[in-house]
Amino acid sequence: MLESFLQNLINALQWGSFYALIALGYTLVYGVLTLINFAHGDIFMVGAYIAFFAASFALTTLGLSGWAALALTIPITMILTAMVGVTLERIAYRPLRRKGANRLYVVITALMCGLILEHSNLAILGASRKAFPTLIDLKIYHIGGVTITNLNIAVILVTSLVFIMLHKIVTKTRVGMAMRAISYDKFAVPLMGIPLDNIIVITFILGSGLAGLAGLMFAMSYPVLEPYMGALIGWKAFIAAVVGGIGDIRGAFLGGFLLGAVEIMVVAFFPSTLRDLIAFTVLLVILTLRPTGLFGIAKTTKI
Amino acid sequence: MMLSVKDLEVKYGNIQALHGISFHVNEGEIVTLIGANGAGKTTTLMSICGITPPRKGEIAFKGSRIHHLKPESIVQLGICQVPEGRRIFPGMTVVENLEMGAFLRNDKAGIKSDLDMVFDLFPILDQRRSQLGGTLSGGEQQMLAISRALMARPRLLLLDEPSLGLAPLIIQQIFEIIKKINKESGTTIFLVEQNANQALKLAHRGYVMENGRITLVDKASVLLENDEVKKAYLGL
Repeated sequence: MLESFLQNLINALQWGSFYALIALGYTLVYGVLTLINFAHGDIFMVGAYIAFFAASFALTTLGLSGWAALALTIPITMILTAMVGVTLERIAYRPLRRKGANRLYVVITALMCGLILEHSNLAILGASRKAFPTLIDLKIYHIGGVTITNLNIAVILVTSLVFIMLHKIVTKTRVGMAMRAISYDKFAVPLMGIPLDNIIVITFILGSGLAGLAGLMFAMSYPVLEPYMGALIGWKAFIAAVVGGIGDIRGAFLGGFLLGAVEIMVVAFFPSTLRDLIAFTVLLVILTLRPTGLFGIAKTTKI
Repeated sequence: MMLSVKDLEVKYGNIQALHGISFHVNEGEIVTLIGANGAGKTTTLMSICGITPPRKGEIAFKGSRIHHLKPESIVQLGICQVPEGRRIFPGMTVVENLEMGAFLRNDKAGIKSDLDMVFDLFPILDQRRSQLGGTLSGGEQQMLAISRALMARPRLLLLDEPSLGLAPLIIQQIFEIIKKINKESGTTIFLVEQNANQALKLAHRGYVMENGRITLVDKASVLLENDEVKKAYLGL
């Protein structure tokens, strides 16, 4: 019993890591722009594909070893995915912001951007799935009755480290404080000489870079890529962010793990076809009880 | 001349907010702009800060034109605004709010000594250093808003209705501090107010604004005795 619990816990932490990483991007952008960037799940998908091309290039064209290829793939994926996010902000969201468009239009634009990313992928690369190359050898450890892989550990550790760093950035650095300031009052911020557009760009760099990292780790863990892979996981990560209290990074982090845990536990005890139904029901109940999410208390700690 | 505004016109869509206003502020002065709600006072300040760019006319600071500059460049030049309604960041501590005021500065030592300076000016904020801005009283929030602007080391401080919604005693206190800031650090002050009586008592010169036009200009002491001003703004 204890063994099966521990096993499920590890699975939940690993699965929840992906939700948490993507949810952080949703919540960062929401905190600064009060925009739900519905293209974010597809930015994650683009990240996975960028990782695929970067890894394939490093392995075959450059002939690097797995570890060297990984070391190269991580920064390339994060930087290029961040550029995709920043490009969306530049060509889609910023013009609407300049015109003072209603939030509804911006959200619809975000949805469309996501669909454009999905379908341009389909148009360019075709419908066939891509198999992600093996970068590092999978090592499986058996501790007691619990099975854990080096990849599991890496995913959980990296996600936790990313969260700690992001939390430091948001609470301790000048740019992070400016992000919080914008979330409270974006009209007052320019009067202090804080360049609004630059801070927004940095927010998109952070959020999309993390989505890229999530895409890479996801592709390494589940090495089959297809254009719609970001859609459902993106929605779920969004819900995780809302359950945690959107706008608060601690909420996104915990919400992601909570959703991962619910899904894994459902599969452990019920038929797996019930997974999404029960997971969403649990989240609905949480939101009914706490409409502002776990950390959304009194709006005192946004982002 | 510190600030000179010439024939400034601002439109919001089809609505003309400012119909070619001109005024100036000399170095070291306290100048007030008084007028009723909707006269265009806040719009004037927002154009100076580069938030609402003018349709026509020019704004010059120390002789060079600034009306095409971005808000951050204008702050960098030394113009800083304390906005109407204080607009402090409610979920950030007093110190964090102040640090945001110093966003463009990199001199750590200077920032630290300026923190001490504003805490000296407003001892109550010193006691509230790590308290969230949203939990302060209205008067304390106004003090924080002024301090936050001072953290940018402005040469010209723009104040938009600092007396709004405050008790008479607190207003008195705030105006005395404004006077002190002007006297001790030589900071030039441009004060926008509806509370004409207090503002004219504090200021050296005053402008009266009505429907986007400047209708009167004079020494503050003269305006205080002006019959029109008395009737329209002083309730006498």
